[in-house]
Amino acid sequence: MGTNMTSPSPLRGEGRGEGLSQAIPLDTAPLHGPLPASGEREYRPDALIAEDIHAYLAQHQHKSLLRFITCGSVDDGKSTLIGRLLYDTRAIFADQLTALEADSKRVGTQGQNIDFALLVDGLAAEREQGITIDVAYRFFSTARRKFIVADTPGHEQYTRNMVTGASTADAAVILIDARKGVLTQTRRHSFLVHLLKLRHVVLAVNKMDLVGYDQAVFDQIVADYRAFAGSIGIADFTAIPISGLGGDNIAAGSTAMPWYDGPTLIDHLETVDVGTDAAQQRAFRLPVQWVNRPSLDFRGFSGLIASGTVRPGDPVRVLPSGRTSRVARIVTMGGDLPEAVAGQSVTLTLADEVDCSRGDVLATADAPPQVADQFQATLVWLDETALLPGRSYWLKLGTQTVGATVQEPRHAIDVNTMAELSVKTLGLNDIGVAEVYTDRPLVFEPFEEGADLGGFILIDRTTNATVAAGLLSFSLRRAQNVHWQAIDITREAHAQQKGQTPRLLWFTGLSGSGKSTIANLVEKKLFALGRHSFLLDGDNVRHGLNKDLGFTDADRVENIRRIGEVARLMTDAGLIVLTAFISPFRAERDMVRAMLPGEFVEIFVDTPLAEAEARDVKGLYAKARSGEIANFTGISSPYESPEHPNIRIDTTRESPEAAAERIVEHILGVWSPDL
Amino acid sequence: MTVSLTHLQRLEAESIHILREVVAEAERPVMLYSVGKDSAVMLHLAKKAFFPGTPPFPLLHVDTTWKFRAMYALRDRAAADAGMELIVHKNSDAEAQGINPFDHGSLHTDLWKTEGLKQALTAGGYDAAFGGARRDEEKSRAKERIFSFRNAHQRWDPKAQRPELWRLYNARKARGESMRVFPLSNWTELDIWQYILAEQIEIVPLYLAAPRPTVERDGMLLMVDDDRFRLAPGEVPVDRSIRFRTLGCYPLTGAVESEATDLTQVIQEMLLTTTSERQGRAIDHDQSASMEKKKAEGYF
Repeated sequence: MGTNMTSPSPLRGEGRGEGLSQAIPLDTAPLHGPLPASGEREYRPDALIAEDIHAYLAQHQHKSLLRFITCGSVDDGKSTLIGRLLYDTRAIFADQLTALEADSKRVGTQGQNIDFALLVDGLAAEREQGITIDVAYRFFSTARRKFIVADTPGHEQYTRNMVTGASTADAAVILIDARKGVLTQTRRHSFLVHLLKLRHVVLAVNKMDLVGYDQAVFDQIVADYRAFAGSIGIADFTAIPISGLGGDNIAAGSTAMPWYDGPTLIDHLETVDVGTDAAQQRAFRLPVQWVNRPSLDFRGFSGLIASGTVRPGDPVRVLPSGRTSRVARIVTMGGDLPEAVAGQSVTLTLADEVDCSRGDVLATADAPPQVADQFQATLVWLDETALLPGRSYWLKLGTQTVGATVQEPRHAIDVNTMAELSVKTLGLNDIGVAEVYTDRPLVFEPFEEGADLGGFILIDRTTNATVAAGLLSFSLRRAQNVHWQAIDITREAHAQQKGQTPRLLWFTGLSGSGKSTIANLVEKKLFALGRHSFLLDGDNVRHGLNKDLGFTDADRVENIRRIGEVARLMTDAGLIVLTAFISPFRAERDMVRAMLPGEFVEIFVDTPLAEAEARDVKGLYAKARSGEIANFTGISSPYESPEHPNIRIDTTRESPEAAAERIVEHILGVWSPDL
Repeated sequence: MTVSLTHLQRLEAESIHILREVVAEAERPVMLYSVGKDSAVMLHLAKKAFFPGTPPFPLLHVDTTWKFRAMYALRDRAAADAGMELIVHKNSDAEAQGINPFDHGSLHTDLWKTEGLKQALTAGGYDAAFGGARRDEEKSRAKERIFSFRNAHQRWDPKAQRPELWRLYNARKARGESMRVFPLSNWTELDIWQYILAEQIEIVPLYLAAPRPTVERDGMLLMVDDDRFRLAPGEVPVDRSIRFRTLGCYPLTGAVESEATDLTQVIQEMLLTTTSERQGRAIDHDQSASMEKKKAEGYF
């Protein structure tokens, strides 16, 4: 195992621990000295410490904290970079260096030179095998910020460790060897970083010294990476040309690369915003960890604020029950606080006696998180034993632990090519998309909104091992037992104002069956009756909202899901929504039905295939028969007829006009021109 | 307006979250209390986590009978101040055999501390034990999880650690198995000192410099804390101004010469020093992987 991480490179100055004992003529950075040369490894702390310790401590006390990961294989110079960061920020002590020197000679892979990997490969098994097994956390600080760097192994089989390290990071430094450019592993690391929604991506193009500090090489790599990053959804990244060996653009600038006028790596990491700042901008959420009840007079709800801010007097809602109260106090040992923000651990008391226990979530009253028991999720499988679809696992999300089953995956993702693979299960380090059903409703938010209510782990009920990490995408249906209290203008108020009951009229049927014709007639009648309606047109949706979607199975599901969500918003606004999509699969229609219980009206425009093909208004059937169009419903792809549609229209017996009238009657009750 | 949290605020919040998570999920938690500066910070955080209540678990001191006298004094006072039960465990086998740091070297640590700890955890039926270890202390600690699983023999298997994602800790285990939990994992030595200073946490006075009777042995400055200290022929204790960076059994803990009589000066010296804090501990010097080995065997 780990064969790519071990073998010392035949080239000098490559791989681990490159030339640390070489004297390096370097910069004159004001704050960070050069890498010490052999024999003079001197620890040189900040001048301020000696001159004015109080000033130094005041400065240090107000530093913020940034957590980041480094990814890249050993050949990219990762260990050297980390060693360089520790050196330049003076995080290595003399005795640690002495031990490292001794270890390097004994078990290192760099001959008499210092093997920097030994500094990060802390386990005996790692030293013996010369590989990095697990995530190591390193600490250093600069004048402006404190850093925790998670050093994660680069090899594919350690995907789970990279995911572990990345899950708590705000930023990722992705290393590229300037001589090699964007490699498969660069793509894999980038995909995982994007999957876990790390806020900042730094592309560190290393070993610029070995390509003559050539700007053209750097520019080409950045262009290549930009094209790839865009394709997987990484909108923004910062590219920095560096040399871990020479220290160029790490702590200090580079005289060898005058063409680069961007920030150094440290400069950049010192200034990017950290996750807790962004989390404050979102709505208030506090997953309740523990109910603090030391006496009959005190009942506090303790937890770490996942997002938003809270003040005494704020109206809050307890999820999943939906009950509301107001914040009475924010209690801490140092005294009550006037305000608390995302990232703080607090204890709240409420103005009313409401039921609330571990697993509940306190949230802003008028913008609470969702509650559901069926989800689509992306899973990263972390265990040697593969996923068993249908088996019950423990699912832990925030402070909630429930029973959960995972359906057979929709697809797995090849982390090297991003291709979607058809699979029956997920094995160690596999990543896939699947439906997850829980035995109790979960309070959640999509992972994109934050990991605290969107990230979960699965635990094997027998071994208690953590077998998977999951990222919730969206719920497949609303939980029924949630009681939402009045927000200022409710969906009922919207509907009442329009004098109507919101509906989603879902027309389904073969291409050319007459869905659009009838839907159009229905809307005209509704309009004439003063009803507020909207017809969602397939083509318009595909051209705008869903233009990023293709025709894979997953994309088709996503297409219908988005249409369902848009329809839900429109019904929230009180509208009668009409949609005309072939929607051939029962499961997709059921998914939308579940999103809009009671309002979903399935209208089956039942035209036999022979009849629809005979009409062939758009000439599509002819093309499908000749093979010009693949996966055409009715010809080369199945149509699953509704088993119990609310309305069935046999277009061979009923005219479009008559059908439209019948539909309007069905939804508005008895036909009356006065209504 | 965004309120940026400082690194100490974030560390504090994380530690409190960990403490509460254990109390919510474990059946019988206990806090290992060694009376050192890390223990002092951990105890302080526990008080904060459960305020206005009392931390709902006892403190456990695995006593080797060779701690500094000042440590015993603070131990009893700190537990009383927190209103927490203090359990003191002494390995009766080691006591019966008269194991001591002068005659038995590393056997002293093995029996009194490693075995003593295992005995105490088993005797109390504790399924989760808080420890004050930090990842910046030592290389194998840098790779240990915050919730560190121990099998029924209380052993740590570094190759079979549970993945630990986001703020989700898997505290599930079978009967007989247990967790060691390290709320201070992400703190550095400087963070500890700065927090002690900011929160005015009481620590053992030995961390501050004062004239104390010492002898020099094998390059280490040892303090003659009581009359059990065996002086070599001709050895005479000399008063030196010393302080300690870490505290263990007094005959095994090396002091540094220092004039730092207040916390700020200690921090200043620490920042200006060129050696890591574990240098003063004989236990780590044998071999590089010695701590990992000890941990695998059940040492904290």
